[in-house]
Amino acid sequence: MYDLSVITDAIHSFLSGFMPAWLTVTVECVLIGVGLLLAYSLLALFYIYYERKFCAAIQCRLGPNRVGPWGLLQSFADMFKILIKELISLNHVDKFLFALAPYLVILASMLAFAVLPWGNGLQIIDFNIGIFFLLAVSSIGVLGILLAGWSSNNKFTLIGAMRSGAQMVSYELSIGLSVITMVCFAGTMNVGEIVAEQQDCWFIFKGHVPAIIAFVIYMIAGTAETNRGPFDLPEAESELTAGYHTEYSGIHFGFFYLAEYLNLFIVAGVASLLFFGGWMPLHIPGWTAFNHIMDFIPSVVWFIGKAIALSGIIIWFKWTFPRLRIDQVLAMEWKYLLPIGLFNLVLMTCVIVFGWHF
Amino acid sequence: MATLNEIIAKICPAATVAEVDGAPMISVDDAHWHELAKALRHDANLEMDYLVTIAGFDHVESMGCVYYMMSTRHNTNLGVTVLATGDRERPVLHSVSDIWAVAGLYEREVYDFFGIIFLNNPDMRRLFLSIDWKGYPLRKDYDASPNINPVPRDNERQSDFTTKWTKDAEGNLVSEQVEVFAPDDFVVNIGPQHPATHGVLRFRTAVDGETIKKIDVYMGYIHRGIEKLNEQQTYAQSLPFLDRMDYFSALNYHHGVCMVYERAAGIEVPRRAQVIRVMMDELSRIASHCLFMGTFCMDLGATSMLFYTLRVREQILDILERTCGARMSFNYDCIGGVMQDLDANFQNDVKALLKVLPANIKEYKKVFVGNVIARNRMEGVGVLSREDAISYGVTGPSGRASGWACDVRKWRPYSIYSDLDFDEVVLTEGDSMARFKVRLAEIEQSARILEQLVDNIPEGDIQAKVPKVLKLPAGQWFQIVEGCRGVFGIHLESDGGTKPARLKYATPSMPAAGVVDHLTRGEKIADLITIGGSLDYIVPDMDR
Repeated sequence: MYDLSVITDAIHSFLSGFMPAWLTVTVECVLIGVGLLLAYSLLALFYIYYERKFCAAIQCRLGPNRVGPWGLLQSFADMFKILIKELISLNHVDKFLFALAPYLVILASMLAFAVLPWGNGLQIIDFNIGIFFLLAVSSIGVLGILLAGWSSNNKFTLIGAMRSGAQMVSYELSIGLSVITMVCFAGTMNVGEIVAEQQDCWFIFKGHVPAIIAFVIYMIAGTAETNRGPFDLPEAESELTAGYHTEYSGIHFGFFYLAEYLNLFIVAGVASLLFFGGWMPLHIPGWTAFNHIMDFIPSVVWFIGKAIALSGIIIWFKWTFPRLRIDQVLAMEWKYLLPIGLFNLVLMTCVIVFGWHF
Repeated sequence: MATLNEIIAKICPAATVAEVDGAPMISVDDAHWHELAKALRHDANLEMDYLVTIAGFDHVESMGCVYYMMSTRHNTNLGVTVLATGDRERPVLHSVSDIWAVAGLYEREVYDFFGIIFLNNPDMRRLFLSIDWKGYPLRKDYDASPNINPVPRDNERQSDFTTKWTKDAEGNLVSEQVEVFAPDDFVVNIGPQHPATHGVLRFRTAVDGETIKKIDVYMGYIHRGIEKLNEQQTYAQSLPFLDRMDYFSALNYHHGVCMVYERAAGIEVPRRAQVIRVMMDELSRIASHCLFMGTFCMDLGATSMLFYTLRVREQILDILERTCGARMSFNYDCIGGVMQDLDANFQNDVKALLKVLPANIKEYKKVFVGNVIARNRMEGVGVLSREDAISYGVTGPSGRASGWACDVRKWRPYSIYSDLDFDEVVLTEGDSMARFKVRLAEIEQSARILEQLVDNIPEGDIQAKVPKVLKLPAGQWFQIVEGCRGVFGIHLESDGGTKPARLKYATPSMPAAGVVDHLTRGEKIADLITIGGSLDYIVPDMDR
C-alpha cells in the first residue's frame, strides 16, 4: 500500500535542508493551513452540488444543469454570489458576539478536520487522544449557534438557539457513547491506531452486533448533531423562518451554511473511521489476491469515498422524513438512544472480554 | 315548522316568519334576538347548531344582519333578519358569540364593514381593515375617496387592546378596553410573511417556552373588498372575482354562484353543461387536495412529497388548461352553462389521469401516512371534537375528519350529484392525521365520480340562452355548495336591477383560521404548523 508519508517526509527534509527548525515548522503549519482551507472549501462546494443532485433524484427532478457541464459550476457561481453579498448590519444586535458566532461554528468544524484520517500517512495531528480531541472541538459548534441565536436579538433566533442547545447537548451523549463503544473495541483513542486495527477487517464486520448497534445510534445522533432533517428544528424553516441564523446575511450566513455541510462530512468521516476502517481498503481475511487489488486504490479515495457514501445516507434521511417535534427529539434521545447506547457499551465489553468477536 | 311558530309565539310574538328561497326567514327585533337564538340553538326539534354566516346589510333607512343557520341533525335551514337599533352613527345588535363560537369572528367582520356594534362580544375590533380606517366600506353612503383613507407611508398603528361593549343598568353603551395578552407574555409574531402561514396571515402567538398559550389571528392583509366591488358590477362581471378568492376551488365557487343566478333568473342549464361543471369541480378538488398534501408535508419538513403530489396536479392543470385556456383563474363556468366546449382530447386525458391516480395514492400512503415520524407528528395533534367543529363552523374535509358529515354534495345535493355514486368520507378521530386521511380518501371518491362521468357526457348545448345583461327580480337567495375546503355559502340580495344589492360570500377558510387559537392552546409551536397546515385555509379566501 502506498504510504503518503513519503511525500510529507520529502517536503519536510527539503524544507529543513535550508531552514532552521522553527521556520520549517512554521512554514509547514502555513502549508497545512492553506491545504486545509482549500480542502474545506472544495469539499463544501462539492457537497452543495452533491446534495442538490441527490435530492433532485429523489424528487424526480434534474437538479442544477445550466451552469457548466451537468451544472458542475453551479455551486461555484453560488459561492461567488454569496461572497459579494452585502453583510447587513443590524441595529439592535450585540455586534461583537453577532460577528463572532459564525467563526466559532466554522472553527469547530475546521479543528475537527485535523484529526480525520485522510489517507495513509496523511493526517495532520495523530496523538494518543485523537478521538477525544474530536469530540471536544466539535462541541464548540453549539456555542456558536447559541451565541448566534442570542446575539441576534430576535425571538425566532432565540427559540432556534434554545432548541439547538437542547438538541446538540443531548445528542452529544449518544455520539460519545457509541464512540466509546468503538474505542473499547479498538483498545486505543489514537486515530492512526484505530485505522491500523482494521487492517484485516473493518470494525462493523468484526464487532458484529454491538458494532452495528453503535453504528445505527451514531448515524442517528450524528444527523442530529449536524442539525439536518429530520432533526433540523433549530432552523426549521416552516416554523422559525431560518432559526438561529435568521438575521445573518452574506458570507456570515454562508459560514453557517458551509459548516453544516462540512459537519456532515465530519460526521460521515468519523463514522467511516470508527466502523469502516478510515482510509483502510476493504480487506477480507483469507482473500489475499482480492485484498491486494483493493490496495491499489489510493487511501485518500477510500476515505473520501466512504465519507461521501455515508453522508449520502444522511442526505437521504433529510429528503425522506418529515421533521420531528422538539419533545419527540428529546424523548428519542433520553428514552431510547441513551439507554440503548449504555446497554450496548456493556454488551461490547462482554464481547471483548469473552472474545466473541471475529 | 310548528315548533318554530310556538317558540316565536312564546319569546317574541311580534316577530314574523316569511318564506324566502324555500326556507323560513324570521324577522325579529334586537331585544328578543339573543333569547330567540338560544331557543333556536337548543330546542330539540330545531337544533340550529351550525351558523353558516352572518351577512350584514345596509338598506339606508335601516341596517342589520341576516343570520343563516342549519341543523346538522334535522337537515333544515332557516334565516333570521335582525335590524340594528340606534342611529347610523352607532348601530347596535346583541352578540350571539356565546351561542355559536364562530359568530364572534363573523360579528367582527360585520363591525368592520358596517360599523354595527355587537354587545357582549368580548373582542370587538376591526377584522380586515387597519385600526385607523375611517368609515365602514359596505355602507351605501361610504366615501371611498383616497383623501379620507390615504395609502399609509409609515408603519400602521397597532393596539394590544380590544374593546368590549356592554349596556349598563340605565341602558347606556359602555365600552371597556381589554388587553389581548397577559402583560408578561412572550409574544412571537408569526406572519404576515412566514413560510407556514400559506399567504399573508399573521398569528400573534404567546408562548411559554415551546408551548403556545394563546394565538391572536390578524387577517386582512390581502383584503380586496370583493363584496364591495360586486355591488358595482353586473352579475356576469362578478364572476371573475371568484377565481381570486380560493384559487384552488375557483371552479366550484363559480358553479355555486352561477347556480344562484340561474335559480334567481329561472334559467335551465343544459345537461351537458351540468356534467361538465361537475367533472371540472372534481378535477379541481383532486388538484386542490394534491396541493394540500404537498404543502402540508413540506410544512412538516418532508419536502420531497411536494413533488410527488405536484406531479398529479400538473397533469390536472394540463387538462384544465386545454379546455379552459388557463391553469389558474379559469373563469370557465358562466351564467347558463360553461364558456367553451370541452377539448377534443378531454376524455382521453381524464382516463389517463384516472389510470395513474391509484398508483400515486398508494405511493403517498407508503411515503407519508405510514411513516413513523409523520404519524407521531400528526396523530392526536389538534383534536377537534364534532361539537366544536360545528360550533366553530369548520366544514369540508376538516369537519368531516371530526365526524361531522358536512359534505354538501350529499347533505344538500345540487346539480347532478344526487345521480352519482360516491361515498362521503367521514372519520371520527378529529386530529391532523384524520384531516390528512380524509383528503387522501376524497381523491379516490372524486376519481370515482370522474369514472362514472367520463364516458357519459351527453351531447347537446353547453349554454342556455341568457340575456346579455342579466336582470334579476328583487328578492333574496341563499345557496351552499361544496368547495374544496368546505361549505361555500352565497347570500344574494337583489333590488331588481342589473347589479347585486348585496352579495355576501361565506367562505370555509375564515372559520378554519378562527379555530386555530382553540386548537393550538397548550400545544407546541411545531404543532401550530401541523394544525394550520391540516386545516388547509387559503388566505385570499378568508380575506376576500
